[in-house]
Amino acid sequence: MKEIKGRVWLFGNDVDTDVILPGKYLVLTDPKDLAKHALEGLVPGFADRIKQGDIIIAGKNFGCGSSREHAPLALKHAGVGAIVAKSFSRIFFRNAINIGLPVVMSKDARERVSEGETITIDLEGGALVKGNGERIATEGYPDFLLKMLMDGGLLQNLKNKFSKVERK
Amino acid sequence: MGMTISEKILAKASGNKTVHPGEYTIGKIDLAMIHDLTGPLTLRVLREVGYDRPWDIEKVVIILDHQVPANSTVTAQLHKDLREYAKKHGIKNYHEVGRQGVCHQILAEQYVKPGMLVVGADSHTCTLGALGAFATGIGSTEMASVYLTGEMWFRVPETIRCSLKNRLKEGVSSKDIILKIIGSLGVDGGLYCAAEFTGEGVGTLSVDSRLTMCNMAIEMGGKTGIINPDKQTIDYTGVKDAPLKSDPDAAYYKTIEVDLATLEPQVAMPHSVDNVKPVSEAGNVIADQVFIGSCTNGRLEDLEVAAKILAGRRVSPSTRLIVIPASQRIYLEAENRGYLRTFIQAGGVVCNPNCGPCLGGHMGILADGETCISTSNRNFIGRMGSTAAKVYLASPQTAAATAIEGRLADPRKYMRG
Repeated sequence: MKEIKGRVWLFGNDVDTDVILPGKYLVLTDPKDLAKHALEGLVPGFADRIKQGDIIIAGKNFGCGSSREHAPLALKHAGVGAIVAKSFSRIFFRNAINIGLPVVMSKDARERVSEGETITIDLEGGALVKGNGERIATEGYPDFLLKMLMDGGLLQNLKNKFSKVERK
Repeated sequence: MGMTISEKILAKASGNKTVHPGEYTIGKIDLAMIHDLTGPLTLRVLREVGYDRPWDIEKVVIILDHQVPANSTVTAQLHKDLREYAKKHGIKNYHEVGRQGVCHQILAEQYVKPGMLVVGADSHTCTLGALGAFATGIGSTEMASVYLTGEMWFRVPETIRCSLKNRLKEGVSSKDIILKIIGSLGVDGGLYCAAEFTGEGVGTLSVDSRLTMCNMAIEMGGKTGIINPDKQTIDYTGVKDAPLKSDPDAAYYKTIEVDLATLEPQVAMPHSVDNVKPVSEAGNVIADQVFIGSCTNGRLEDLEVAAKILAGRRVSPSTRLIVIPASQRIYLEAENRGYLRTFIQAGGVVCNPNCGPCLGGHMGILADGETCISTSNRNFIGRMGSTAAKVYLASPQTAAATAIEGRLADPRKYMRG
């Protein structure tokens, strides 16, 4: 996985899956189509304003609500490079890692970074790094999850495992 | 130290004698469900992997429920893709239009047994914990992995004990219990936890009522809601016995007590499920629409209590009532018992079983500035349509009383006479 570096977008607590990707778009399956509506319920025009690699930094319980994988898919394909939050809803957290979108927990990040500043995420080192070199600690992953994320997600794992299985 | 029912099921599924909260295990899956919105993404992942045969065709269930019958060519294609996939692999547990209902209700009626490890590509899969199973929602790629491997990793959750004392008064329901609990704990108060409903109060609640409580465990971040099986569970699921139950000395992360005898009807105000107040303190809320249905409250008992309140009365001219039974079986039984006639005579509309307007996809979407009193489970911004609409969550009793008055109403006054 390449370096994660981008501009910060700040969000509050409990950003739910219905504002990340409203229910009326769940009939879409192409990630490019989903991306056009990312965060439409909260920040109209987000998909047009985001730059590739931008980083979302939020409060607690990010991604609460639905199991819709359409939500992290929309964010990833809109260009979001990573999401940092105080905590994540359980299903959203798994979904994001499964599709290869880095999600990182940090107790302090929300208070210590500003909207629009550029930061780098050191996944293996467990830290966010500000422009002035200041490091903000992030919580670690279990080894198997970090490996899955570095490999590009669960999909990649499945491809490695099943692509050689004889097709029926 | 004993174990909770959740720990016992995860231990059994992973081939261990014991498991402990915080531990990671691999569990063998007993049942895996997809529906018409999350299933197509699972199939997309399987296509990308290049291999799509499920590990065990007896253990997969495919249910059309979100937009049924198809409301657009796009939806029609999603249904067609699932239909063809089921046919290709000879999946018998495929629920065609007219033989389906909201997925969690179909799983409850036909598939889930106590002690099972159940996953569904829908967050409200936690509903099925009411039958003594460990049931949780997962995403579409995760489901593709389950389809191919028959197993999944789990972090064994801590358990929050929700201890219910005494019994409910008339006009108050299990929806009010779960709203009260979420209001107390907050929308992340049960993050990653199992919410186990225990105490003498649980025994007084029907299986329908229990399904409603477990359904909303996800609204406080819960991995599942769960209830130790008793005679009602055994009768409902048709099993001989249900041995997996929490030990008396099991460890709980937290305990919350609710006195059912003093509980009054509750409502979750916009736009958060933990923004809960008693209906009596919610003020004047004009209802443009009332929705009775969904995986939370579209069961026979819900239609029964609503029909009792609406019998011989009329829906207020200033509002509209939409009733959607949660399954074909409930639809037919509600027809047999005359409930559907009651709703229609009162001036309401009755739709065929599906998720309806709950998530803003079909049958009763809200316009800008409109307010809906809904028996469903989420009131997030834009949930039922316009981002400028408001959703209030309440019980079927409260919804029925609201339909009569055209504004949020306490149902207890309709209990006598």
